[in-house]
Amino acid sequence: MTETTVLRGHPGVGPNAEGVALVCDEGFSARYDYDRYTGVISRETHPLFGQSIAGKIVVFRTSKGGVATSWMMLDMVARGTCPAGFIFGRTNPVMVQGAVLADVALMHELEPDPLAAIRTGDSVRMRPAAGVVEVVRKLSNG
Amino acid sequence: MRLTCEEKAMLAGEMGPAAGEALARQMEVGRFFRAEDFVPVRTVHVMADIEALADPGLRFLEETAAAGARFRVPVTTNPRSVDFALWRDVGQDEDTVTRERRIVDALTAMGALPCNTCINYQTVDPPRFGEHLGWGDTGTVIFANSVAGARSNFEAGPAAVWAGLTGRVPRYGFHLPEKRRGTVRVLVENQPTSNSDWGALGCVVGRQVDDYWRVPVFEGIDGKPSTDDLKHLGAALASFGSLAMFHMVGVTPEARTAEEAYGGREPDETIVVSPGMLRAAYDSFQPEKEAVDLVVCGTPQLSLFELQSIVELLRGRRVHSNSKLYLTTNYQIKALADRMGYTEIVETAGGRILSGVCFYIMNARVLRERFQYRTLVTNSAKLANIISGYGYNPVFRPVETCVDAAVTGRVR
Repeated sequence: MTETTVLRGHPGVGPNAEGVALVCDEGFSARYDYDRYTGVISRETHPLFGQSIAGKIVVFRTSKGGVATSWMMLDMVARGTCPAGFIFGRTNPVMVQGAVLADVALMHELEPDPLAAIRTGDSVRMRPAAGVVEVVRKLSNG
Repeated sequence: MRLTCEEKAMLAGEMGPAAGEALARQMEVGRFFRAEDFVPVRTVHVMADIEALADPGLRFLEETAAAGARFRVPVTTNPRSVDFALWRDVGQDEDTVTRERRIVDALTAMGALPCNTCINYQTVDPPRFGEHLGWGDTGTVIFANSVAGARSNFEAGPAAVWAGLTGRVPRYGFHLPEKRRGTVRVLVENQPTSNSDWGALGCVVGRQVDDYWRVPVFEGIDGKPSTDDLKHLGAALASFGSLAMFHMVGVTPEARTAEEAYGGREPDETIVVSPGMLRAAYDSFQPEKEAVDLVVCGTPQLSLFELQSIVELLRGRRVHSNSKLYLTTNYQIKALADRMGYTEIVETAGGRILSGVCFYIMNARVLRERFQYRTLVTNSAKLANIISGYGYNPVFRPVETCVDAAVTGRVR
């Protein structure tokens, strides 16, 4: 049994993307939090410390820090350590500029709130041009 | 987005393929943020160091330059990952130096001014009230918006290159008067008394207000903060909160009164910075051990005034043999330091003044592994915030404690 939820909003950037969700009620920065050589969150105080975000659809509350993530996204794609797509509660311009350069899916300001509607482990399909995110959750029996 | 005749021609490639491509990418960003049109910018400030770019970013810049692309407005550059004169002394790789130089060459070929500084607003390009800019280091943007009343969003590395190539940026965010209004009231009851205290204030507020689109308004500040004070406040707010603008009633130009700062509306939140909170910001960065591996001052790069105060504290003392002291600044301040004898005092003490760099950009993870660095003491709240992502144990302290830590090799 599965349950599907649809989130909608203003069109995002980048191609359609699919992956398993990793949800975090925190900000994200590739420079502050992340080791792009391994794909693992490297800040010891980050709730996702030690976890890989490569190939995931990551859901962060906000974006964090400076401008470096824009260039870094290009390198993350080249190394295979980039998430398949980014969903933010609300992002700063840096992430969007990086996603445009690296051609990575990125969306924000969706309804209902992705932090509540998406759980780690859900299957997520992003269609940025249409402003649509589909979330498929497996329901345990009984 | 609505385009002018010139922009339509640019998009069609009539001003070269690079400008057309850049405008198309800017339009993608502009549509995302619902920009209605573009706005011309006077200057662009581009962050592009090899640590962030790596080979794919370097390739992008070199291909753009080789295709004959030229910037249409003056473009200044942010710090590099190496000091081209002192990289051997720091223990960096020749390969990093070579690749960093290729970035500088590519940007220079397109017409950039390689000043390699994050204090362009204090040195090469003071921003002016009301003008539009396409700046790319967060500390430079928050200073320009807040202290000068100029107008810029974060134009991150590639976006700043696009802005340089087109001479304009999509008009959204802090280019629009209604987005510049204060939204959060910050009542300051714990007065900052040093540069690093202002960084501590930025840390306290940035940790609570961590959304680019929100604008804190500082009320209750006694006295008149200096340019360096506001630089540390802004850098910390931008680092901890990813903020691009603040107001300070009676201090910053769009906040002559509280009413003006809030644009006639009520703030949606009030934060009180009560006595003890600045101290608590320092205390939130604790050393795991007493032995200090290195002391770094200069995020943002040191002004002449900051450098003077460090030199006065260091004069006649020696950096401990188990520790290192790095002071980072730009070429202009370094040239003055050489003339004034500051460089000699620092080097005699066993420290180094590095120019054209900022420590967290200097392949900090590689340096840590190479020299087993762990405990880093700094008077920069911003550096303390960033460097833990590279596996360091940051200790944020006032500058007097930093210099003592360098000399004694110990911190508590």
